[in-house]
Amino acid sequence: MAEPRVMDIKDQPGFRSIAVICLLVLYIPVLILMIFSFNSGSLVTHWEGVTLKWYGSAFLNEEFHSAAKNTLIISVTATIVSTICATLAAIGMTRVKPWRGLAAAFMVINLPLMVPEIITAVATLSFFALIAGVFGLNFGIGNLILAHTVFCIPFAYMPIRARLEDMDLTLEYAAADLYATPWNAFKRITLPLLVPGIMSGAALAFIVSFDDFTITQLVAGPGQTTLPLYIWNQIRRPMTPEINAISTILLLVSILFVSVSFLIARRRAK
Amino acid sequence: MTTATLSPTTLSKAALFEAQAVKTSARRNRLLSLPALIIIGVFGVLPLIIICVYSFLVAAPYGGVQWQFSTDAYFNFLFQRDIFDDTLQFTPDFLIIYLRSFLFAVVTTIICLLLGFPTAYFMATRPPAQRNWWVLLITIPFWSNLLVRTLAIMFIIRDEGLINDALLALGVIDKPITMLYTNFAIQLGLLYAFLPFMVLPLYSSLEKLDFRLVEAAYDLYATRRQVLWRVIIPLSKPGIIAGCLLVFIPALGAYVTPLILGGGVHLMIGDLIAQQFGSGRNWPLGCAQALILMAAVLVALFFYVRNTSGKVQHG
Repeated sequence: MAEPRVMDIKDQPGFRSIAVICLLVLYIPVLILMIFSFNSGSLVTHWEGVTLKWYGSAFLNEEFHSAAKNTLIISVTATIVSTICATLAAIGMTRVKPWRGLAAAFMVINLPLMVPEIITAVATLSFFALIAGVFGLNFGIGNLILAHTVFCIPFAYMPIRARLEDMDLTLEYAAADLYATPWNAFKRITLPLLVPGIMSGAALAFIVSFDDFTITQLVAGPGQTTLPLYIWNQIRRPMTPEINAISTILLLVSILFVSVSFLIARRRAK
Repeated sequence: MTTATLSPTTLSKAALFEAQAVKTSARRNRLLSLPALIIIGVFGVLPLIIICVYSFLVAAPYGGVQWQFSTDAYFNFLFQRDIFDDTLQFTPDFLIIYLRSFLFAVVTTIICLLLGFPTAYFMATRPPAQRNWWVLLITIPFWSNLLVRTLAIMFIIRDEGLINDALLALGVIDKPITMLYTNFAIQLGLLYAFLPFMVLPLYSSLEKLDFRLVEAAYDLYATRRQVLWRVIIPLSKPGIIAGCLLVFIPALGAYVTPLILGGGVHLMIGDLIAQQFGSGRNWPLGCAQALILMAAVLVALFFYVRNTSGKVQHG
């Protein structure tokens, strides 16, 4: 005897297949790109056999070295500066009585998320051209670091602020109750509790800086090639699987940092 | 029980401390937001003001601007001055690129919604452990390098790419179908790029869905279709609006996708703007074009704010 089928009220017909299709569509092209980085043939499309030589030639490539170095200098500096600024701002905007201009300050922090990247790119380019023209100021690679810091701040800010808002205030009050100075209460209670939020924010800031193409391409001066720019330069030449190898490295860095940020945030949720 | 009797006192005590703590440190604490505000103010807001100013200047011959007031940039957006008789002629070239981009962005938003909603709903109805895996799987492409993901699409749809190779091998076609550097390629690239941007906000709104309402609808003899259209979709409206906005705005200003998949033949607004700062050497025109794009984005944001604030009042 067949059991009477119990209707699952949450089910909607066909939704499962669409979800699976979406996942396949999102992953198959990227997986193919990664697989071809191990192709021993020198064409990016025809499979000939397994090899690691393209990773080897990428690591021995001078241009790749300097692009990787520039990328790391820019994204590490931008991550550190933006995470510090975002942490301070999150404290200054949650652990206070609502002040006049708080809403406006919140909008300014989130501005880089609302303006399309291409507009930020040409605006930043115009800005640096102007200060170079009028004041003769050129910070070199510092231009890119400053531009990256601006759009990294809101990404670092979001998880830190979320963490501060979720935090149990009674511990901070208890510290104050036990005669901790505000600075001690912050250092011994608030900051340790805030660390997961800060790490999660820093991971996101690092990814967006590491991966940025649009703003970097327009603002970068000669000799300031980053990894995404290096890939772009390679696309315009006859391509070898070396480009797949470098792309795979970039993807793996993103996956690593997203997973780290994600796991930290999940642990908080539990 | 004990917590119930204790909490009012604890709360009022906490409130008292909070009041004191706030009094002593509020003024100092708010200064902590200054570094972030100064950096974004100087290197984020000021540049936007500069391009507003630039859009009213004259282009210098080798890029940059000459400090001379002019509204030519805005005129040139729609008109061109005839070299011979100095009359203004309506030239809709730029307008067409804007309309094309708008169309691309609208189609992208609609298809992403049609695919993303069922996906997000399916994710939200999984058991918690499975749900985490799904969210991670959608989050990874959300944060992955857009240039590399676009490159992956390019490899697949090239003349000698995987799709054409497979079709040729199967004998379905005898010469490759040209897909790269077409409108189709751009549309596909935009969908691929922004699908995760739709799924994640939809998911966070569907995750909070109160399924007792769904149950109540079934108790009142609603069909599955009615439950979907009259209960689930109206309740997830904030997520739908947020998702559409998160797809529409970046799709409208897309730069990387048309650059790589359109091959410089099929332009979108983003490439058009960048062109004025490169080979076009007309910065004021580029600034004006950027500001017109910004205006379109502000209109979209305005609708978003109006819709969501209305929601709060009714809800």
